[in-house]
Amino acid sequence: MSMLREVLRINRFAVTAEFAPPKGTDMDHMRVCVRLAKGRIHAANVTDFQSAVMRISSLTACKVVMDEGVEPVIQITGRDRNRIAIQGELLSAGVLGIKNLLAVTGDHPRMGDHPNAKPVYDLDSVGILQAATTFMSGTDLEGNNLNGRIEFFLGGAVSPTRETMMPQILKMRKKIAAGAKFFQTQAVFDLDLLREFRSRTATLDASVLAGIVLLKSANMARFMNRNIPGVSIPDAVVGRLDRFTGREQMNEGIRLAGELIRTVRSEGLADGIHIMAVGAEERVGQILDEAGL
Amino acid sequence: MIITEQKSEEALFAFLGKARKIVLLGCSECATFCKTGGAEQLLEFEKKLGPLGVEVLARLVLEPACNAYRVRLALQKGGKGIGEILARAEAVLCFSCGDGVQTVARLTGQLEYACQIPVYPGNDTLFLGEIVRADDYVEACRACGNCELGWTGGICPTTQCAKGLLNGPCGGSKGRMCEVNGDEECAWLRIYDRLEILDQLDNLLEIRPPRDYMKDVHPRRHSARGQEAGT
Repeated sequence: MSMLREVLRINRFAVTAEFAPPKGTDMDHMRVCVRLAKGRIHAANVTDFQSAVMRISSLTACKVVMDEGVEPVIQITGRDRNRIAIQGELLSAGVLGIKNLLAVTGDHPRMGDHPNAKPVYDLDSVGILQAATTFMSGTDLEGNNLNGRIEFFLGGAVSPTRETMMPQILKMRKKIAAGAKFFQTQAVFDLDLLREFRSRTATLDASVLAGIVLLKSANMARFMNRNIPGVSIPDAVVGRLDRFTGREQMNEGIRLAGELIRTVRSEGLADGIHIMAVGAEERVGQILDEAGL
Repeated sequence: MIITEQKSEEALFAFLGKARKIVLLGCSECATFCKTGGAEQLLEFEKKLGPLGVEVLARLVLEPACNAYRVRLALQKGGKGIGEILARAEAVLCFSCGDGVQTVARLTGQLEYACQIPVYPGNDTLFLGEIVRADDYVEACRACGNCELGWTGGICPTTQCAKGLLNGPCGGSKGRMCEVNGDEECAWLRIYDRLEILDQLDNLLEIRPPRDYMKDVHPRRHSARGQEAGT
């Protein structure tokens, strides 16, 4: 049974945090970060070759997360595997006892560290969800029988921006039809945007976790504004970070994240949060302290 | 139209190696339009070969290079063919698309007097494209074999979306622009806007199944022979 599903079912404010598998075989740092977050989060979301950068696969890192006693969410993108490999990966996740699956399209290889790689996208995020849903009824995408049972709590990503709100919600509806029960959003900084998104998706039958990114510095905020799709950090936020120097910027970023979470929670703007500490995963606990969670 | 680009002189000279007597072929259709394989381009290239001591035995623009029947006539001995000259060549450089080069290579391979002559490509074949204005081309169709344009407001997601997605935008747009090609508007936002105007947004609610790659097993072949009209 997925604890994340249970938490959302009983309307508790869900907390997940993102952990990027390392590039190389040394898992020590990731283990330490997961251990620090243990007991504070309901699930650890493990990215799948995040930013199209080659590294340890989500499946293996999920196993490490489980060994640390934390429930994982395996991410699977459509970028690197065709439908045969994706379905095989889902079966493997089932064997390891992974209960939560987040399906995403995946950044294009051009964005990553192997820009000449072949982009696959045989299944898109909707197709991955469909594959997982057919698995739960005992067959693969071609209708062939599978032995053994498999159960996933399925999720997807949604990236509502001013320019893309309606097309994104339309796709969100497709993902729900394909089996998605929860969504995590792209990093939220603009609360008015989240309010609009919340009201436009109020009738949809899925939980939403608001994406919370830890801004480690004003420069990181500026970098994200320039380079990260779907992210728009208001000048006021960048200005707040700019008032500090060195490590104090990180602390201000933690305070900012804490404040955002408090507002999301108190206004009911989402059913939970998904913390993306990008490279500072050891700080997840501090963010939750600031948020009073 | 098939859009081509001439290979670098360096690459072309490297193909020729020690060959000193060569034949230059072009194509009357796409490569002529693209100015990569018309009569003018063949002449220009010949001028570059003079100083290198390479003699051009013949320049011929095939009409077109992708028509096996006409290429065979053009390469034969006798008639209007250049077979007699071809027989003396040490290499052929073909400024057409990749199809034309292969047509020429295959047919010369079947000719007793030409089968030992290597055929090299003069161009890189880029894509199936549309002429925006002179010398400016854009890809619009990938010839996937399963035309989706009927429900997308005439905008091809397979070609125009960098990820070829069929179920809507990926979330990777920056403003309205694509994360991959920053100069291009997200195809899915364009499709959404177009369908809104056409009052066909419902088209986007239907989940589109994964693409069928059965029609994408290469090399593809299509024959309309034996099909009766109206069937």
